Amino acid sequence: MSHDTSDNMPEAHDASHGAVATHGDPFADPGLPAHEPRRTDIDERAAKRAERQVSLLFIVSMLATIGFIASYVVFPIDEIVYIFPIGHVSSLNFALGLTLGVALFCIGAGAVHWARTLMSDHELPAERHPIEADDELRADVIEQFKTGAAESGFGRRKMLRNTLIGSMALVPLSGVVLLRDLGPLPEQKLAHTGWDKATPQNPIALVNMNTNKPMKAEDIIQGSLTFAKPEGLEEDAEDFQVQIAKDALMLVRIAPEDIKDNQSRELGFEGILAYSKICTHVGCPISLYEQQTHHALCPCHQSTFDLADGARVIFGPAGHPLPQLKITTDEQGYLVATGDFDEPVGPSYWERPR
Amino acid sequence: MSSASGTSTGATKPSSTRAKPANKVESAADWVDGRLGIYTLAKSNLRKIFPDHWSFMLGEICLYTFIIIILTGVYLTLFFKPSMAETVYHGSYVPLNGIRMSEAYASTMNISFEVRGGLLIRQIHHWAAIVFVAAMLVHMMRVFFTGAFRKPREINWLFGAGLLFLGMFDGFMGYSLPDDLLSGTGIRFMEGAILAVPIVGSYLAMFLYGGQFPGTDIVPRFFTIHVLLIPGIMLGLLVAHLILVFYHKHTQFAGPGRTEKNVVGMPLMPVYMAKAGGFFFLVFGVIAAISAIATVNPIWAYGPYRPDQVSTDAQPDWYMGFSEGLIRVMPGWEISVWGGHTLNLGVFIPLMVFPLVLAVIWLYPFVEAWVTNDKREHHIADRPRNAPVRTAFGAAWISLYLILLAGGGNDLIATHLHLSINTITYAVRIGFFVVPVVVFVITKRWCLGLQRRDKEKVLHGRESGIIKRLPHGEFIEVHAELSAQDKFKLTAHEQPQPIELPAEVDENGVARKAGVLAKTRSKLSEGFYGESAQIAKPTAEEHAEITSGHGHH
Ligand code: FES
Repeated sequence: MSHDTSDNMPEAHDASHGAVATHGDPFADPGLPAHEPRRTDIDERAAKRAERQVSLLFIVSMLATIGFIASYVVFPIDEIVYIFPIGHVSSLNFALGLTLGVALFCIGAGAVHWARTLMSDHELPAERHPIEADDELRADVIEQFKTGAAESGFGRRKMLRNTLIGSMALVPLSGVVLLRDLGPLPEQKLAHTGWDKATPQNPIALVNMNTNKPMKAEDIIQGSLTFAKPEGLEEDAEDFQVQIAKDALMLVRIAPEDIKDNQSRELGFEGILAYSKICTHVGCPISLYEQQTHHALCPCHQSTFDLADGARVIFGPAGHPLPQLKITTDEQGYLVATGDFDEPVGPSYWERPR
Repeated sequence: MSSASGTSTGATKPSSTRAKPANKVESAADWVDGRLGIYTLAKSNLRKIFPDHWSFMLGEICLYTFIIIILTGVYLTLFFKPSMAETVYHGSYVPLNGIRMSEAYASTMNISFEVRGGLLIRQIHHWAAIVFVAAMLVHMMRVFFTGAFRKPREINWLFGAGLLFLGMFDGFMGYSLPDDLLSGTGIRFMEGAILAVPIVGSYLAMFLYGGQFPGTDIVPRFFTIHVLLIPGIMLGLLVAHLILVFYHKHTQFAGPGRTEKNVVGMPLMPVYMAKAGGFFFLVFGVIAAISAIATVNPIWAYGPYRPDQVSTDAQPDWYMGFSEGLIRVMPGWEISVWGGHTLNLGVFIPLMVFPLVLAVIWLYPFVEAWVTNDKREHHIADRPRNAPVRTAFGAAWISLYLILLAGGGNDLIATHLHLSINTITYAVRIGFFVVPVVVFVITKRWCLGLQRRDKEKVLHGRESGIIKRLPHGEFIEVHAELSAQDKFKLTAHEQPQPIELPAEVDENGVARKAGVLAKTRSKLSEGFYGESAQIAKPTAEEHAEITSGHGHH
């Protein structure tokens, strides 16, 4: 090893700073302490006891594995038992888990105990070598590489080199392009919902999410939150999930004089306001309503909307109000929508107009 | 074999001079050696020395939980149907009977209620994942606070941190697969976050989800990513990580007989093999027992995913909690740019801060190496107190992580401690900027205090608990001098000096300007190693003066 590489090791480096261990140095390294024998090293009875303990652990493991297999056969899969203090649990899961746990744990405990008591505990030093090669090797390798590079003409034929780099840089793009068909283009998909088929001539009825029935204005009680979907959207429809992710409505009834936002009052019907249920933050459904304050809270990140004031954001990370749907009643008095939301539903995105 | 070699001619054949094997095992080993060269491989490794320190267990826990996750994961794939096709549930869990759900959710129900032991394996898989990420984080802290990431181990730090990020991400993916109400909420969150990316956000979302949210592609896609792509990369990184650990050998703490040029410990075979192998079973056993007792992710309680429904405890697994915290406490800033385009800063900024928080710690070794301009190898681990600035920085980073975690659990904190959720949110917003600074200052001072105490101990000995009365009546406590071993331990660390800027004028009297970089570096290095950042070690002279006896007890 040349002088150069050993310089790389801190101790050698340190020596130049003068912290050399001299005879009078009170902080000198006293060297590896002498080995102190354990009880099991000198007392054969203690060693024998340790041996028995280890074997006992292994035997317990065997028994536990047998218990595991027995549990698998014995316990019915649908039995629920009460175990203090855990509560109601599946007896099968409980028995399998504990027996497996014991079977594995005892093997581990046995092995560790064996290693600690009966295997040699002599500490030994092993030398480290610097990771870096010495100068001679380094020069040799660099020489070889240069020879190889020269023979390839890589450095000399610049045009070859540059076009190679260019082609290598471009070729991965094919992989990226191939990803194009992972999904459709966004187009206007995010801007429209299932309500956009509604027109004043062909209104779409609001259907109660729980009863699956159209609703009359008097069905909506003041201070309650009712959830609705567009008529014709059935649960077993193929794209139900995609549709309901945008169409879900929540209906509130607020005394008209309490509604602070005029435009919002006009979009509603006799104080019944239909807002998108989908939070404008990142799209959780909003579910908590405080009837005294008319605040609706999204449980995901606590954006709070004032439904009496055009669903303005009054707290939390949402960036804009909930979209509102214009509603009215048809001849029979059922609540209907006559058009789509006034703006895109759900989380905002680059193309969303503002 | 011997008859075949007998027929070939003498000088040119590769002759085997090996003695006859003593038994069946030896001859089998000889056979393998002839093909794979195992003796050469084993020679340097069988009795390889491993230093012993309890904290090495942390890395082992990571490795073992990873193996447990793979074993249980393979089992789960035998039963899980990664499909979002709609089906109506008719199973033994009565409350959901007749409910529409995806195949993914139904098969997860099936694993939980119809497959004997399936629930246990699911629980072990999930618990092991939780322990895995926790262990990686703590393992990483160990490496960080002891400076074990320094040369030559920087690359291994990158591998390790990469494993942590991938682990977190894969955990999130796995969490999403059962298509229950909670996981759907997580996927929705991800969509909203992607949509917030300027210009290409909606394209990325469409491509990743195969169309509009939620569509029918995410579960099969995430499944492939969760079980194949990410674990594949992780396996590669893990192997590389371990090879490097073997190659570099462990670090060790300063102590008698331990130097930068050796490693002191016990050989791999048998002690370390038994201990490490045994420890695998201990970890597995404990996780199995936990899984028997404590339920994690009871998807049947949440119900299948519906985009218009939500479960109230919408919480990610804890390791994603800090990203959740970011998104919860960020004000809802949305601005209009370029005439009618929406820039959703309220979501986009947290989305960018998230990788930034991780990257800061990921690249730290290179920052420190640059600041200290230290090109040497380091094999002796630092005691955290002896690197106050690094320790303080790490503590500040952790405090930031915890603050954000609290932000992510603000609803839980609010309900459990009866606090207003708004107050917690405002507190987190302030805490985000203030707490790390406070923690930095406190930690640094604390380290310096500990250094001072070490110095005290070396010079004056340790308190013996014996009270002595001096002739003139004063009571003093007798201090016992430290053993040579302890003295060495407390003084073995290096105390680097800050880098000095080159003189303003060179030897010919011409003014020489230090660049901005050089100036920053010397400032930072002053911060790291200047007078305010370390207490000078006791010197032999100080020691001699005190122990020589004038006026001391
Ligand atoms: S999705 Fe509603 S607050 Fe985040």
